Amino acid sequence: MNEIRRLLHYVGPYRRDAVLGIIFVALETSLELLIPLLMANIIDEGVASGDTRYIFEQGAIMLALALLSLALGLGYARFASRLATGIGAQLRQAEYERIQDFAFGNLDRYQTSSLVTRMTTDITVIQNAVSSGFRPMVRGPVLLVMGFIYAYVMNAELAVVFFCTMPVLAIFLGLITWRVAPLYRDLQTSMDHLNRVVQEDVTAVRAVKAYVREDYERDVFHGVNDALARISTKTFSTAVLNLPAFNIVMYTTTVLVLAVGGHMVMTGAMGVGILTGFMSYVLQIMNSLMMISNVFLLLTRALTSVRRVGEVLDEHPLIASPDTATALTEVPDGSVEFDHVSFKYSADAEEDVLEDVSLSIPSGATVGVLGSTGSGKSSLVQLIARLYDATAGTVRVGGHDVRSYDLAELREAVGVVLQNNVLFTGTVRENLQWGAPDATDEELLRACEMACADEFLDRIGGLDGDLGQGGAGVSGGQKQRLCIARTLLKRPRILIFDDSTSAVDMATEAKIRANLASIPDATVIIIGQRITSVMDADEIFVLDDGRIHAHGTHDELLATDSIYQEIYASQMEHAQEAAAAGALATAATEGTATDAVLGEGGEQRG
Amino acid sequence: MARTTAQARPQNLGHTIRRLLSYMGHARLSLLAVAVLVSIAALANLCGTYMVRPVVNALSEGRGDDLPKLIAFTVVVYVIGVFASFGYTQTMVRAAQKVVFDIRRDLFAHIQKLPLSFFDRTRTGDVMSYFTNDVDTVAEALNNSFANVIQAFIQMVGTLIVLFVLNWQLTLITVACNLVIALYVRFSGGRSKMFFSRQQNALGALDGYIEEMVAGQKVVKVFNHEAANVREFTDRNEELRQAGASAQAYAFTMVPTTVCIGYVNYTIVAVVGALLAVNGMADVGALASYLVFVRQATQPINQFTQLGNFLLNAMAGAERLFAAMEMEPEVDEGTVKLVQTGRDSWAWKLPEGMGVGAYGALVRVADGAQQAVDGAGDADGGLAAEESGAVAQTTALGVDGTVLATGMLPLRGDVRFHDVDFGYVPGRLVLKKLNLFAKPGQKIAFVGSTGAGKTTITNLINRFYDVDAGEITYDGINVKSISKADLRRSLGIVLQDTHLFTGTIAENIRFGKLDATDEEVRAAAEAACADSFIRRLPQGYDTIVTSDGANLSQGQRQLLAIARVAVADPPVLILDEATSSIDTRTEKLIERGMDRIMEGRTTFMIAHRLSTVRNCDAIIVLEHGQIVERGTHEQLLAQRGEYWQLYQGLKELD
Repeated sequence: MNEIRRLLHYVGPYRRDAVLGIIFVALETSLELLIPLLMANIIDEGVASGDTRYIFEQGAIMLALALLSLALGLGYARFASRLATGIGAQLRQAEYERIQDFAFGNLDRYQTSSLVTRMTTDITVIQNAVSSGFRPMVRGPVLLVMGFIYAYVMNAELAVVFFCTMPVLAIFLGLITWRVAPLYRDLQTSMDHLNRVVQEDVTAVRAVKAYVREDYERDVFHGVNDALARISTKTFSTAVLNLPAFNIVMYTTTVLVLAVGGHMVMTGAMGVGILTGFMSYVLQIMNSLMMISNVFLLLTRALTSVRRVGEVLDEHPLIASPDTATALTEVPDGSVEFDHVSFKYSADAEEDVLEDVSLSIPSGATVGVLGSTGSGKSSLVQLIARLYDATAGTVRVGGHDVRSYDLAELREAVGVVLQNNVLFTGTVRENLQWGAPDATDEELLRACEMACADEFLDRIGGLDGDLGQGGAGVSGGQKQRLCIARTLLKRPRILIFDDSTSAVDMATEAKIRANLASIPDATVIIIGQRITSVMDADEIFVLDDGRIHAHGTHDELLATDSIYQEIYASQMEHAQEAAAAGALATAATEGTATDAVLGEGGEQRG
Repeated sequence: MARTTAQARPQNLGHTIRRLLSYMGHARLSLLAVAVLVSIAALANLCGTYMVRPVVNALSEGRGDDLPKLIAFTVVVYVIGVFASFGYTQTMVRAAQKVVFDIRRDLFAHIQKLPLSFFDRTRTGDVMSYFTNDVDTVAEALNNSFANVIQAFIQMVGTLIVLFVLNWQLTLITVACNLVIALYVRFSGGRSKMFFSRQQNALGALDGYIEEMVAGQKVVKVFNHEAANVREFTDRNEELRQAGASAQAYAFTMVPTTVCIGYVNYTIVAVVGALLAVNGMADVGALASYLVFVRQATQPINQFTQLGNFLLNAMAGAERLFAAMEMEPEVDEGTVKLVQTGRDSWAWKLPEGMGVGAYGALVRVADGAQQAVDGAGDADGGLAAEESGAVAQTTALGVDGTVLATGMLPLRGDVRFHDVDFGYVPGRLVLKKLNLFAKPGQKIAFVGSTGAGKTTITNLINRFYDVDAGEITYDGINVKSISKADLRRSLGIVLQDTHLFTGTIAENIRFGKLDATDEEVRAAAEAACADSFIRRLPQGYDTIVTSDGANLSQGQRQLLAIARVAVADPPVLILDEATSSIDTRTEKLIERGMDRIMEGRTTFMIAHRLSTVRNCDAIIVLEHGQIVERGTHEQLLAQRGEYWQLYQGLKELD
C-alpha cells in the first residue's frame, strides 16, 4: 500500500489529467451500459408493438451514444497518456535529483547498473502499468456498480442472483491474488539470479574459456534455470486459476438467471427482452471483476518496480550541507588537519579503514601519501573534500571543521583528481569547462599546458575535438592529463591527486609536478605508487593498514622507516639501473629526460 | 547491434515458426491436450451462449415444460467447460515453462560455445537481452497466446457460423463492420510506429545520459556539477515525456474507436433486426440471441488483432534467439589429447595412425612404415618433426615420405610462431609475419605500448582466436590439431581483468580446479599472498564476493586470480599484466610465490612495469604487431633501442 501511496504522490501536476481521465472513462462506461437497456426497449416495445418509428428513434439514440462514447474515449486518451508519461517523468526526475544528493557512501551501496535500471527499466514498467491499467482500473468498479444498479432497476428480484454469486467470485479472485502476489516477488528474485549468472558468465567469458569451464557454467546455469522454471510454474499455475474460477461463477450465474428469469417469464412477471438485456449485464459485471483481478496482477508486478524506485527515493543522503544561515562560505586557507580521525565505509563494517589518524598540513605545502593497496590512502584524501564523513574525530580545512562549510564551497576549494576518473561524451572544451564554466580558451589552453595535455591536444582535434562516448577517444595517459587540467581550472586552494598519473610516462609526470609546484599558495597532496611521484614533497606520509606508519621528508624516511625502505628498494633497483644506463647516454638525451632520470636515481639525493 | 525491440518485425517468419514448433514438440502431448481442451472450453462457452435462443423461444412460445431440460443441458455443457478450462490453463503453464526452460538451456549452452569474436562485437547488455526481453516475450506468448489464439479462432469461427445460422442478412452487416475495424487497426498500427520511434529515440538519448552520468556520479560531486546536470536531465526528461505522451495518446485512441465501431454495428443490427422481426422475417428469440452474440463476436476479433501484434513481437524475439543459436560456434577440429603422466608431467596423445610432421601438421602414417623407421633409429629421423620442436619416443614415415613423431609426445612447453598473420577485423592486421619461439621452461616477456599486439599473441596460443596465416606449434604440434579443451587446460592464464563470480572466496579460487581440497585452495592462496587478506575478511574463505567485487580492491582481486591459476597448476603459464593493480611492495612479496608457480614452466608474461621482466629469459619488444627487439634485459639495454627508451621512462608503456 505504501507503494500505491507513493505513486499517487507523484501524480503531482497531472492531478487534473487524472481526475478528468477518471470522469471520462466513468462516463464512457456508463454509456456502454445504457445500450443494452435501449436494445431491450427495441425488442420488448418496438418489435412487440410493431412501432417502426420507435425502433428508429431508439436506434438514433444508440448511435448518438456511440459517438458520444467515442468523444469521451478520445478525451480520455489524451488525459491518460499525459498522466502515465507524467508520472514516469516525475518519478525519474525525483530519482535523478535524489541521486544528485547522494554522498559517496550512498553511491557505494548501489551498483551503477542497478541505479541505472531503477531509473530506466523500472520507470518504464511503472509507466506501462499506469497507462494500460488506468482504463480497466476505472472501468472495472464502474461497470460493477452500474451493472448492479441497472440490473437492479431492470428486475430487482432477478438481481438477487448477483448478490449471491458475486461475493463468491470476489472471494475466489481475492484468494488467488493474495496467493500470487508474494509468488511474483519470488519470481523476480529468481529471474535476477538467472540474469546475474548470464551476466557474470558473459563478462568473464575469457576466464570461462581459458579454464575450460563451459560445462561447469552450464551446470550453474541449469540450477538457476530450473529454479526459475519451477517458481514460474508455481506462480502462473496459481495465477491462471482465475479463469476456471471466473468460469464457474459466470456459468452458475448465467444458468441461475436463465432458470429463475425463465420461470418469471413463464409466470408473466417479466418480458423476454428484459431477460435478454439482463443476460448482457451478467456478462458485463463478470467481465468487470475479471478486469479488476487482472489489474491487480499487473500492478503486483509494477509495484515491485515502485518499491525499487522507492528505495532510491528513501535513501537518506549521508552528507548534507549545514544550514545556509550558519554555514561557512569562505575557506580561508589551504591548511588541512586531521584530529584523531577514524573512518569506515559503513557502520557495520568490522574494521576501520583509517584508525586514529592525526596529521597537519600547512597551507601551501606539498605532501605525498604512500602506502600499499588498501592502506587507506584514497579514503584519507576523500575525507578532506567531505566526500565521506569521518566516523570519529575531526577533519579541518582552513582551520574549520569540514562539516561547518557549505558543501559546494568546500568542494570548490578542494580539487580532487579521482583515481577512477571519467571524461564525458562531448568535446574537450565541454569537459574542461566542468572545472570552470566561464573559462576563456586561453585559460583552458593554459590549464592543458600545466597538465601537459597540450602535447596531444592538436592530434585529438584541439579544444573542439570530440572525445567520443565516455571519453573513449583518448588513451589512459591522455585521459589522466585532461582530468588534471579539468581540476586545475577550478583554481582550488587544495589540490589532491589520487594516483592520477599512473598511466603517464615518468618524464611527463615530472614535468607536471614541476608545473604544479609553480602554482602559488595551493596546497598539493599527491597519492602515488611511485616513490618518484612523492619524493620531492615537503612531507611524506606512509600509511599502513589505516594508520600513519611514519612521516617526514624523503631523506628522513629513507633513513628510518622500514616500509618506505622496502618500497624504495622494490622500485629503485630498477631506477638505479635505468639511471646507470641513462648516464651512458646523457649526451644523446634531451635535458628534461636527463632530469627525470637523475630524479629517479636515489644516490644523487639520498 | 543496436536494436529496436518495440517495433521489430520478424524477417523470416516461416523458419522461426518451424524452429519454435520443434521446441514445442518437446511438450507435444501437453500442447495437444491443451489444443483439445481449449477447443472444448471454447465450444462449451459458445454452446452455452447459444442456449439463450431455445430458452427464450421456448418461453415466448409458451413451452415452459422444456425449460428444466434445457437448463440441465446448459449445466452439463458448462461443467464440461469449467473442467476443460481448468485443465488447459494448468497444462499450458507447465508446457510453456518446459519449452522456455529448454530454449534458455540451449541458448546458454550455445552462447558459451561462441567464439570470442562474438563477445567482442556484442555488448553484454545485448546478450543479456536475449535472456530477458526475447525469452520473456516468447514465454509470455506461449503462456497467454497459444491457448488464446486457438480459443479466439474457434470462438470467431463458431460465432460467425452461429450468426450466419441465426440470421445471415444481419451477419453481412456485422462482417462489414468488423472488416472496418480490422482495416482501422492495420492503418493505425502503421501510423503509431512513427510516434513510437520518436519516443524510442528520446528514450535512448535519456537512457544514455543516465548511464553515463550515474557512472560518473562521483566526478559530478567533486565538481559540484549536480545543479547543471539536473538542468540537462530535466530537458531530456521533458523531451521524452512529450514524445511519450503523444505516442501513448495515439495508441490510446485505438480502443475507443474500435469500441465505437462495435456500437455502430450493434445499433444497425438491432434496428435492422427489429424491422425484420416486425415484418415477420425473423423470430424474437433469434434476434435476442443474435444480439448477445454480436456483442460477443467483437471480442474475439479484437482479441485476435491484439494477439496478432503480440505474436509478431514474440516471433521477432524468437527470431533473434534462433539467430543467436544458429551462429557458428567455435571450431574444434583438434584430435590430440592431453594426458597426465605423473605428478608434474603431461603428454600429448596423438590419434592412432597419425604423426606430427613439418610445422606441426598431422599426417597419416604410411602402412608398415613404423617398423622401418624404428629400425633406422634417430640418425636421420625426425627431421620434419624436429623443425617444429616435436620430440617423440617413436617415429614413423608419413604417407608423404617425411619422418613423423608418433604416439605420446611429452608436454614440454615449446611454443613457436611461424610467419603468423592475424587481425581481429578482416583487412586490418594486428600481427604481421610474426616469428617467435619459446623454449621449454623459458620465461618470455612481451613489452610494448597499448595496441602493439601483446595480448593478441597470448590469445592466439590458447586459440581464443585463430591465425589468418602461418602456424603456431606447441611441442611440435599445430595448435589447431590439439583438442581445444585440452590445449586450454594445459595453459594457465591470469587475465588483465579479474572476473569473480558471485560466491565464496574459496569457490572463486576453486574455479581453477573444481575438485581442489580446502588445503589446496589455502596453499594456492598462500602462494599468491592472498591468504593474509582473506583471513581478515569477515568470514575468511567463506566470505561471499560479488562479480563486481565491490568489497575487494582491484589488487586483492588480482591476487585471487593468481591463486586461481596456482590451484590449477598448469604446465604453461600466461600472465597478462597479472600484477598491474598491486603495489610494488606487495608485488615484491608475491614474487616468491610467483617464482614457485613459474618454476620450470614455460611462462609468457605481459609486463605493465618493466621491473617485473628483468629476470626473463627473453624480452620481446613489440611495436605495431611486429617484433622490434628481442633479447635479455642486459642485451636490450646495451642496444639502446626501444626497450632502453621505455626503461628510462621516455615513453609511455600504456
